[in-house]
Amino acid sequence: MLRFEKAVILNGDFTVRANLALERGARVAVIGPSGAGKTTLLEAIAGFRPLEAGRLVWDGRDITADPPGARPVAMLFQDGNLFPHLTLAQNAGLGLRPDLRLSAEQKERVKAALARVGLEGLEDRRPGALSGGQQSRAALARVLLQDRPLLLLDEPFAALGPALKAEMLDLVADLAAETGATLLMISHDPDDARRIADQAVLVAEGVAHPPRPTIDLLDNPPPVLRAYLGEG
Amino acid sequence: MADRAQPIGAGPGIGAAAIVAALILGSLAAVALRAQPGTGLGPADWQAVRFTLMQAALSAAISVALAVPVARALARRRFAGRSALITLLGAPFILPVIVAVLGLLTVFGRAGWVSQALGAAGLEPLRIYGLHGVVLAHVFFNLPLATRLILQGWQEIPAERFRLAAHLGADAGAIWRLLEAPMLARSVPAALAVVFAICLTSFAVALTLGGGPRATTVELAIYQAFRFDFDLGRAALLACIQIALTVLAAGLALRAAPGGGFGAGLDRPLRRWDAQSGLLRAQDGAAITLAALFLLLPLAAIAVNGLAGVTSLPASVFRAAGTSIVIAAASTATLLVLAVPMAASIAMARRTGWIELAGLLGLAVSPLVIGTGLFIVVYPFADPFALALPVTALVNAISALPFALRILVPRARAVLGDFGRLGLSLNMGGLPFVRLVLLPRMRPQIGFAAGLGAALSMGDLGVIALFADPEVATLPLQIYRLMGAYRMEAAAGAALLLLALSMLAFWIFDRGGRWHAEV
Repeated sequence: MLRFEKAVILNGDFTVRANLALERGARVAVIGPSGAGKTTLLEAIAGFRPLEAGRLVWDGRDITADPPGARPVAMLFQDGNLFPHLTLAQNAGLGLRPDLRLSAEQKERVKAALARVGLEGLEDRRPGALSGGQQSRAALARVLLQDRPLLLLDEPFAALGPALKAEMLDLVADLAAETGATLLMISHDPDDARRIADQAVLVAEGVAHPPRPTIDLLDNPPPVLRAYLGEG
Repeated sequence: MADRAQPIGAGPGIGAAAIVAALILGSLAAVALRAQPGTGLGPADWQAVRFTLMQAALSAAISVALAVPVARALARRRFAGRSALITLLGAPFILPVIVAVLGLLTVFGRAGWVSQALGAAGLEPLRIYGLHGVVLAHVFFNLPLATRLILQGWQEIPAERFRLAAHLGADAGAIWRLLEAPMLARSVPAALAVVFAICLTSFAVALTLGGGPRATTVELAIYQAFRFDFDLGRAALLACIQIALTVLAAGLALRAAPGGGFGAGLDRPLRRWDAQSGLLRAQDGAAITLAALFLLLPLAAIAVNGLAGVTSLPASVFRAAGTSIVIAAASTATLLVLAVPMAASIAMARRTGWIELAGLLGLAVSPLVIGTGLFIVVYPFADPFALALPVTALVNAISALPFALRILVPRARAVLGDFGRLGLSLNMGGLPFVRLVLLPRMRPQIGFAAGLGAALSMGDLGVIALFADPEVATLPLQIYRLMGAYRMEAAAGAALLLLALSMLAFWIFDRGGRWHAEV
């Protein structure tokens, strides 16, 4: 279970307050108006933003002060998820060892992970030689190898077309189900949230609210969310 | 509140900056402590100060005055070879001074091409030694620099402004008043200040073309106090004066830094509708042709004369070339060991810090002053002449450091900005990030900086002149000695060799950095 205990996250001159808990294995959409602090919330979990006050607890362990690489977190950013000068195998292999000194057995696992996301035979290509969808798949292969219990998505598929984006989200849902990871994804599209997230956290006016069933939140949105969604 | 987390530590950069600062400030302190103010400044010293200021002011004024029409012509004309010419304007930066001086002597010297043409017309030959020659050489080096600085000003005027001006029916004169004159009002003072500062610390030009009581710069006076009188106290006093002059020039350059601007454009391709008249075309064509001839003729002279001499080079030239290669390699290695960690640390800092200032110190203090300081420090403990080569490599590295940092810092900032978070989230902090991300992604810039450092070191005629005994010489120093012995053919051949080595050094590193680079 991931718990924010009376946490205050500082980002420049605005703050996000969070006092909420997420069940292990949950699939949670993070929704709310632009600039409300959705990315800030994810950055706090991943360790890029220190907490001003409060604690962040994972499975009973206080991880408030842990550095980013030591957290139980795999994260996909809006862009820049791959190193352009490294091959797909190297990019994915970073999920196993950050210094890339891989054993033969680990190299096999890298190959298998790339095959699992549909990139068989492209191990030695560099990201620049791939389509946007293939790049997303390569980043997901690394996430698979990182095998962290928390998966954070900061709209990594925003630049893809609707069909491709839906395909990627389904793949994410499958991978999360296989590994039992808890999924947290920022979404600007209510359909995406309905598609794979059973719960939703609303971030608005400097507060991250405790999760509610996605359908419930989207069908009966509070005023601030209604204005953002543009319904009435 | 803590700064945002970074994948690498600032420690190595802080260490490198501390070494640089200690070296430069230490040699400054040594100079200040050793200076003997008791004797005061003699008339010759005051003459050196006056000459230094006058030649720098003249060089700056002439360089910039000539640069304006050239930059204007380059800004409003498109022709085959234009970008090659603009690239060529950058070449004097890595052109060894002694090579350029030999080329200028061949074209403008007493027995040079121009003098021969004048003689055929029954006129007196040119006199190049003294103030004329020093200013001529400085204009040769700084006209291209000033042209590039001012051309940059032109290019910062958004294409939309020219479109609007054309729409309003502005002719060349109206565009001059509307857009170009206000731009020049900002960029000309900055260019003047930069050229003035560079000419203030010029040593090799004054050594070869100046000299004598009426054409001695302060830097040259330091050298003479050392070599001819071995008067360390007076050398140190002169070094203090040089420091004061440099601080003055730096102050001027900072005050004159261009600010403000024309606002942002949308980067539309630039088209000019004005200045289509035949007269203006001829004027621009003449400016470009004359500037290109002024730059290319001396280089052609090196090639022509050098080819004659290069077949019969004395063995001493090859020994000196070997020494120069070793110094350039050592200097480049030192440069990178200092510059890369410093660039990473500067890139991580949120605001200007002392590491950045330490990197700029090399601009504020002339190599000859650092050399004087190091000599004073070393002298009581060891034979400074035995340390000539390591000291030269070290001082060369420190003087190239500001340029290397200018190349490296923006790239380091971009790499850390783009990939810092990803590296952290993958737990690849420290060495893995440096090895797998930072160095591979900075390779083209590291290669470029190394190329500049190697070429500058290869062609440098500065500290080595202070420290070298007759047994030791770098290639530039050996050329100077051959000139002093009136062996002009051998000097020209050696100059061609030096030119080739400098360009080759630059090419190898720059090319190596870009070889198979995935950017």
